[in-house]
Amino acid sequence: MENLEALTQQALAAVSEAQDVAALDQVRVQFLGKKGEITSLMKNLGSVAPEERPQMGAVINEAKDQVQTAINERKQALESAALNAKLAAETIDVTLPGRGLQEGSLHPVTRTIERIESFFAGAGFQVMEGPEIEDEFHNFEALNIPSHHPARAMHDTFYFDAGRLLRTHTSPVQVRTMEAQQPPLRIICPGRVYRCDYDQTHSPMFHQMEGLLVDKGVSFADLKGILQEFMSAFFEKDIKVRLRPSYFPFTEPSAEIDIEWVVETPNGTKHGWLEIGGCGMVHPEVFRHVGIDPEEYTGFAFGMGMERMAMLRYGVNDLRLFFENDLRFLQQFR
Amino acid sequence: MKFSEQWLREWVQPEVSTAELAHQVTMAGLEVDGTEPVAGEFSGVVVGEVVKREQHPDADKLSLCQVSDGSETFQVVCGAANVREGLKIPFAKIGAVLPGNFKIKKAKLRGVESFGMLCAEAELGMAESSDGLMELPADATVGQDFREYMGLDDTIIEVDLTPNRADCLSMAGLAREVGVLNKADVTGVAIEPVAAVIGDQASVDVTARAQCPRYLSRIVKGVNVKAATPLWMVEKLRRGGIRSIDPVVDITNYVMLELGQPMHAFDLAQIEGGIRVRMAEQGEKLTLLDGQEVELNSDTLVIADHNKPLAIGGIMGGEHSGVAETTQDLLLEAAFFSPLAIAGRARNYGLHTDSSHRFERGVDYNLAASAMERATALVLQICGGQPGPVAEAVSEADLPQLAHIHLRRERAALVLGMTLADEEIEDILQRLGMKLTAVADGWQVVAPSYRFDIAIESDLIEELARIYGYENLPVRLPAAASPLARVPENRLPMGDLRRHLVSRGYQEAITYSFVDPQLQQAMDPQHAPIALLNPISTEMSVMRTNLLAGLVQAVSYNLKRQQSRVRLFETGLRFIPDGDELHQIPTLAFAATGSRLPQSWADADAETDFFDVKGDVESLLARTGQLASYRFVAGEHPALHPGQTAQIEKAGADGQWQPVGVMGALHPSLQKPLGVKQALYLVQLDLAAVRENRVPDFRELSKFPEMRRDLALVVAQDIAVDDVLTAIRAKAGDYLTKLNLFDVYVGKGIDPDRKSLALGLTWQHPSRTLTDEEVNDSVSSVLAHLEESLGATLRG
Repeated sequence: MENLEALTQQALAAVSEAQDVAALDQVRVQFLGKKGEITSLMKNLGSVAPEERPQMGAVINEAKDQVQTAINERKQALESAALNAKLAAETIDVTLPGRGLQEGSLHPVTRTIERIESFFAGAGFQVMEGPEIEDEFHNFEALNIPSHHPARAMHDTFYFDAGRLLRTHTSPVQVRTMEAQQPPLRIICPGRVYRCDYDQTHSPMFHQMEGLLVDKGVSFADLKGILQEFMSAFFEKDIKVRLRPSYFPFTEPSAEIDIEWVVETPNGTKHGWLEIGGCGMVHPEVFRHVGIDPEEYTGFAFGMGMERMAMLRYGVNDLRLFFENDLRFLQQFR
Repeated sequence: MKFSEQWLREWVQPEVSTAELAHQVTMAGLEVDGTEPVAGEFSGVVVGEVVKREQHPDADKLSLCQVSDGSETFQVVCGAANVREGLKIPFAKIGAVLPGNFKIKKAKLRGVESFGMLCAEAELGMAESSDGLMELPADATVGQDFREYMGLDDTIIEVDLTPNRADCLSMAGLAREVGVLNKADVTGVAIEPVAAVIGDQASVDVTARAQCPRYLSRIVKGVNVKAATPLWMVEKLRRGGIRSIDPVVDITNYVMLELGQPMHAFDLAQIEGGIRVRMAEQGEKLTLLDGQEVELNSDTLVIADHNKPLAIGGIMGGEHSGVAETTQDLLLEAAFFSPLAIAGRARNYGLHTDSSHRFERGVDYNLAASAMERATALVLQICGGQPGPVAEAVSEADLPQLAHIHLRRERAALVLGMTLADEEIEDILQRLGMKLTAVADGWQVVAPSYRFDIAIESDLIEELARIYGYENLPVRLPAAASPLARVPENRLPMGDLRRHLVSRGYQEAITYSFVDPQLQQAMDPQHAPIALLNPISTEMSVMRTNLLAGLVQAVSYNLKRQQSRVRLFETGLRFIPDGDELHQIPTLAFAATGSRLPQSWADADAETDFFDVKGDVESLLARTGQLASYRFVAGEHPALHPGQTAQIEKAGADGQWQPVGVMGALHPSLQKPLGVKQALYLVQLDLAAVRENRVPDFRELSKFPEMRRDLALVVAQDIAVDDVLTAIRAKAGDYLTKLNLFDVYVGKGIDPDRKSLALGLTWQHPSRTLTDEEVNDSVSSVLAHLEESLGATLRG
């Protein structure tokens, strides 16, 4: 039996020395296989006295179990080490940038127009577009601005010939919409407009957004309400809106839209009013031009410059940047 | 319109500060552009008198003066040419502080001591520049504080009047408005008729009655045109932005500023026969007051005598007939010219005068008589003379008619969004000078003749809103929108297209719709652009016929600023003239140059090529859900590389392919002139063609297995792959579900004139399993057709 004890010790030593699963398997075959050294002891039980056999068998089985357990544990340890090694070998730097990255962005004017469109879409306004080369009728006459009207001088119009011009506002889109559809109407008209004026604060091309609501019972109070809501939505804070009496041939009453602007300067808080657009109740003459009965319907219209809105929202300080298309500028609007 | 606050307060005395006044009128629609003091900030200046003048002993151009301040006499060295004994001048004494914090101290000039300074207007901040000392009237009280004497503690207020409020282009109009806003009385000036002392009258014959419904004239004989305009008038004119010229012109200008009636004074001696108010003869010539000779158009009203035109009516007088130093007798004119007869005319001659500005907007047609009396009285007061009677030529029928406007209570409430009390409405309108008669549903209103802008009910409602205060009107939100918007699913939103390109690395650009004609010609010689009559500059003078010109410019701009990889896109209209028509076509364009991807550790450094950009186009077209209805065929474009240009076509409803765009590499010969030294790929698509979106249409999923066959074909190099794919689809039978080109090979093992294509064909039947035999039959017929039509063979 000293032999069993020695064998067991030998097997356990071999198990713990095995460096991989294959070596471990060899140890198992050597000691516990069909012809294994411990297995063989079992076969020799026949030469032992019958009354001692059960006890001897139990001792051998115990030794076998002991070795098998050691093998199992060793196997698990080896497998886990192998996995850890594999994982360690496969470790990458997850901070490296991803593949194929490229990013562009919308132009700030488009971004501004899209935001405004989404506010008004929520209130049931449809986006309408129209031609940029317009005729005198849609750009002026239908808007109650006959030729020689002093208001024409305020428009600095680009002309092609006697009848054709570049639209000076997006109001012709309102006219075209009203010509084609009867109220109720809720539309907004974004787009390029043109004025023959070019300096630090004027671009010969810029973008306007005009809105028009025509229905029964529409009042100046509705106009005030929607502008107030819009400004607060656009700037994402409560903005004071002031309507200041003004004159446009196509609206009456007419107003300039001012918003209160507060700027922190080293010399303290400065506040003032910024003019950002015009608005008013649609002039009955305009309704007559497009075949809408001004007795049955009333409406309001408003308009504002998109570059101006974008400048205020994003802090852009130079109008000309919008049309230089410098990537260093455009990429700031990602 | 500039005006002196002090002058205004002579007419109306509201208890408000300057700032409050400015705010008040701004909020009433007369926008205040700015306020400025009437003079610079200074102190210690008094009215002085030069009691003695001698030549400076050591300087030719300096005078040595003894100047009195009323109690003492000071020695002052002065360099002005107009200094003389007896002259009264603003005298800055020792200790005075002039604008710019300039302190007057005792000084020594060329060895002579000087105790103070004699001032010119510019030195006191009362003029931009001046020529010599300011000369004060002989009756000025020597020693009086100069600011006090001149009434300089005053503010010039400039209002930017809208075209409808020409009634406020005068002190009278402004005062009326301020009076209304403050419920304050307006004093005005008392105007008494001046009795004629002579019987002389000019004969006046008005043939253009519609253009000139009223013409008043009056002869004043024996006037002294060399008299000095009184200082108070010069100052009021100056504060109103008008320079003093001579007493007669000053008086007409003054009356215009005061009452709003532009007037004119003729030298009676220059009038031959009498006055004729008529339309000009085409080509008739007249030399104007400003010295320029104009050739008159027949749409222009002239004041003429029996032989020649004297003035352009309501716009500008003639040089020859104006008041000159030799003038002894005047003919004063105060007329009402119809705005329609004046509008636009001044501009046609390159003119803009205070008179034309007023007449084209409108002048009170009942104002001429009182203005004439006022002007006559002032002429007599300043220049003397004997007035004749006022002669009036009037055509009542052509005068504007007082509008009788029906104002409905309910309409006002509807438009304003609130009900104003009847008393409030009546009060506001009456303060505005309107005459009201109550009727059942509101009022009959007659506006005063000076409110010629009031013609319809809306005008009255606007007045109510304005005087009640826009800020006092209620705020509410419009009632909820009617039915939900019906957004068509078969139209791709613009935002989706834009964002698609953004996510593929494109930056949105906005370029001008007008471009340089040379660039336009280079980028699109097939189309003659439409040109602006009045462009800002040549570089912005024609309307783009494609969007590529602007994008190439923007790319070039960035390449010149150390960018090497530029991807831009733009959407907008292009303008294609077509005979009498003009097509304004919504267009999408993009441009790509530089490396395929931004430089990165992970991506190979490859330059963008045709197929990168084509991939961008295809991925965009795939957004429509019908990529198969587009195709690219080899095309031509003058601005693009002849071997790298594709025409993009779309299958129309009739099965015909329609061109919808073009893409390709910028022509190498254009690279240098356009400032793009590297390959640049350009794409232009009709927006309409890429916004037609397929609405998905469900098909049952097949439960049966797919069958796939891969083919390796060899075809001549010049056979377009698209033709091969089309030929396969034609013969592969109904159940071909996928056709995929997975390799193109040219090189070793292949005939150098041929290329190898590897294709995967997949079939699937919706309701049964396909047999090998069926699929093999399809493959055979595909191969037979390919060989027959394109000479394609299986690769051995």
